[in-house]
Amino acid sequence: MKLWHSYRGAEEEALEKSAALFEQQTGEKVDLLAIPNDVLGDKLTAAIPHGVGPDVFIFNHERLRSFQHLGIVTASDGSIDKSAYFANAVDALSVDGKTYGYPLSLKCLALYFNTRLVPRPPADTTELERLLPGLSRPDENRFGLAYETGNFYFHAPFLFGFGGDLFDAGGRATFDTKGMVRSLEYVKRLQDSRFIPMETSGALVKSLFNDERAAMVVSGPWFAGEIAPSVKYGVAQLPRNSETGRPMSPFLGVEAAFVSPRSAQLPQAQALARFLSVGAASRLRAVTGRQVPANAAAYEDSAVQEDSLISSFRQAAANATPMPNTLEMARVWEPMKLALRAVLQGGVAPAEAGALADRRYRALHRERPPDASPVPYLAVGALALVAGGAYLARKPRALLPFRRRYPDVARAAVYTGPAVAGLLVLVAVPFVVGISLSLFHHEAGSYSFVGLANFADILASRGYRISEPLSFYFTLVVTVAWTLVNVVLHVGLGLFLAILLKEPLLKLRGVFRVLLIVPWAVPNYITALMWKGLFHRQFGAINGFLVLLGLEPVSWFTRFSTSFAANVATNTWLGFPFMMVVALGALQSIPQDLYEAAEVDGASKWVQFRRITLPLLRPALLPAVILGSVWTFNMFNIIYLVSGGEPGGSTDILVSEAYRWAFQRNEQYGFAAAYSVLIFFVLLGWSTVTKRVTRATDELMG
Amino acid sequence: MRRRSALWVAALHAGLVLVCAATLYPVLWVVKMALSPTESLSLSANPLPSEVSFEHFQAVLFAHDSAGRWVFGRQLLASLVVSGATTVVGLTLAVSAAYALSRFKFPGKQGGMQALLVTQMFPATLMLVPLYSILQRLSLLDSLGGLVLVYATSSLPFSIWMLKGYFDTLPRELEEAAVMDGASPGQVFLRVVLPLARPALAVTALFSFMTAWNEFILAATLLNDASMFTLPVGLQRYVGEYKVEWGKFAAGALVVSAPVMALFFALQKHLVGGLTAGGVKG
Repeated sequence: MKLWHSYRGAEEEALEKSAALFEQQTGEKVDLLAIPNDVLGDKLTAAIPHGVGPDVFIFNHERLRSFQHLGIVTASDGSIDKSAYFANAVDALSVDGKTYGYPLSLKCLALYFNTRLVPRPPADTTELERLLPGLSRPDENRFGLAYETGNFYFHAPFLFGFGGDLFDAGGRATFDTKGMVRSLEYVKRLQDSRFIPMETSGALVKSLFNDERAAMVVSGPWFAGEIAPSVKYGVAQLPRNSETGRPMSPFLGVEAAFVSPRSAQLPQAQALARFLSVGAASRLRAVTGRQVPANAAAYEDSAVQEDSLISSFRQAAANATPMPNTLEMARVWEPMKLALRAVLQGGVAPAEAGALADRRYRALHRERPPDASPVPYLAVGALALVAGGAYLARKPRALLPFRRRYPDVARAAVYTGPAVAGLLVLVAVPFVVGISLSLFHHEAGSYSFVGLANFADILASRGYRISEPLSFYFTLVVTVAWTLVNVVLHVGLGLFLAILLKEPLLKLRGVFRVLLIVPWAVPNYITALMWKGLFHRQFGAINGFLVLLGLEPVSWFTRFSTSFAANVATNTWLGFPFMMVVALGALQSIPQDLYEAAEVDGASKWVQFRRITLPLLRPALLPAVILGSVWTFNMFNIIYLVSGGEPGGSTDILVSEAYRWAFQRNEQYGFAAAYSVLIFFVLLGWSTVTKRVTRATDELMG
Repeated sequence: MRRRSALWVAALHAGLVLVCAATLYPVLWVVKMALSPTESLSLSANPLPSEVSFEHFQAVLFAHDSAGRWVFGRQLLASLVVSGATTVVGLTLAVSAAYALSRFKFPGKQGGMQALLVTQMFPATLMLVPLYSILQRLSLLDSLGGLVLVYATSSLPFSIWMLKGYFDTLPRELEEAAVMDGASPGQVFLRVVLPLARPALAVTALFSFMTAWNEFILAATLLNDASMFTLPVGLQRYVGEYKVEWGKFAAGALVVSAPVMALFFALQKHLVGGLTAGGVKG
């Protein structure tokens, strides 16, 4: 039996031990596969319907409803003993009156405090506010409190503490509420007083706490494994909100073992999933993995009772708000992230953030377009085929017979055959399918034909103004600017360096050349992550330089201009070596005597460059420029990993926008495909125009 | 005049040293992260580690899974097999197709070259969904063979384009002379044309290898068996949802980049000639 999960370290060890126990008891072999968390969900939704997925998988309950829609989970009613688990954990796993999977462990947020700096944890926010000034020394990078401020999962306790509701009576997400405004104002005040750090990532929280520069941290049970042994800490529930008297209630997440309906051995798979959730397996989970079991009996074990981490989280979980497993919940994250970051970065007042989130929510929450009849489309397609055939047949018959006109045709077929076959199956077919997807609407695993509705929505910019970041036109302008700036910098810098490297008096030419192509050799996802770190507001090296020069540090990803510049800097670093090498080769082919003759005629260096170098480089550079601009236009990794579209999606380019529609906004493949088709036409148009203007593509195509 | 040129040479060297320093600076940060035992962050422009330890490298290189298998060794093997096979398959397909496109007359030649460029314009991530179904129908899902075929075909357009440009620059007289001497068309291709095209072959091989070596989205999506995971997929595990192990990620990143860099440096002479010859055939 196959079991997929995303555990690492001690949690993985606990699971391995439990699986070994199951093997011993039943003789059933269990194959474990660990997959990174952000990939696991998509792999499950792709693999299980194709019959290549696991029998059992471990996942958070948050996506349960979408899994249920896709038919990749089996109900556990009849097999599960609900009384063995905490009631709210079982509730989290129910959809339309049925229970799916077996609850394994509980995840929620609590307060970690450094016992040396904070002997007694604050019980309410008044105490917290009294503690914070003494613990924070912004000039030394010391903070009273740290958590991932830009992530709504971490903001939710503040929202609930102020009595904010996330859903209205009808179950629709609401953002423009009093509680939202007050929670945002509160957090903003903490940041402005510099009690909490800015642009906080999980890695930053971890290193601040381990360096004892953050006295308190809001995080989940997984954080315990990250804490350095030298740091003495305790865990407490999040403080009560003194203004409202409500607890700061975090989201409750339930990790569960789900059974795939495609499993060939359903009863054994159910038995395995159940086995993992109770008894010895749940004790192992607590003792070895230090996870918080959902199985009540596990707490009778003395080793579990003595673990203060687990008992603290058990209490925190009892007060937590179970995260709804609805599709509506999945739509909340992106608008809330936008609002949170806009407030914290200072672009938007807390009172206006709710409206901002609400607008984004409405734009992302596309209604399903009405079904269209495929008949007219098929008719147009057939007509186009006939017309194309007629056009080909209309061509005057060749004077020579086919054999004489193309004497090598048989050999050409042999030489190109394998490549053509490969390209047809693995490139052309996905390409055609991808294009036809743009005429469909995809929702929860089923496609419906909607004709050109996706294109109409995109081109009419439905749901947002043309000047807003989500509109196709806005993104198109950004993409074109991005491509132009990058290509100009790549060519300019590449050419300039190539000319310097050609200088006859240069020593160590080989060394310089080798060092300058290093960026090309590093995989670009590594490059991107590395540059993102360099641009960090408080800890990035770029701001380190600015401070050295006596300048103010810049918050790079809060404004369009600086965020865009950060992307461009990264991509320029990445791309100039290619152009440099192309230019070096091209320079080599220019005969030296042309320069000597010019020298004799008294032409200056500049005149030589303009009259000899540039014109002779053109034919070599133009194809590289065309190809380079196509690549830059679709350069997904840099945008996605460096700025991530910040602020508010304004630095997204068309291809990253398409990616978000496909994989981050309820899998709207059809809409994303329509974006891709538009990208395709823009590039096709652009290359046709350049071809006309410069005939450069002739060089490219021979 | 002499003094001015001495000054110019000094400025030239100083300028290039500065540019190189700026180029290497981000890489040094990765080295620092990989070598620093603790992951303390501070606002600093200094890319040199204050403390050096190889524990991250050790953790990445010598980790064993629960069954006692050497994780890094298996991933390295998988990566080498996939990248090597991609290079061989991709190069074989590209060389023969490019030669035909350069030398033979046949219908659909212009259209074919256009189509190759056009495939570069459709975002690759969006082809993933249909590709998955196709591979499953061909029973190539979850196999290194399927991955090799996908990589090889996706690098074909660029390889064919580059090789065809290079073949166009080779004088036909040599081939004609060989035919006169009684060589068969196959011999002409293998014995005359291929040896002449060595620089372009080297560069194309490097690119095919690099595409396969660095890729992780397709590999992570198409492979379901941990024993087949390639190095970049393994590297992804250090960047999790809740915790990111930057030290190990940086160490792994350096280990993954090292072979590609070595290849780059070994082939850099060819790089300059092989890459541009296609364009400069006038």
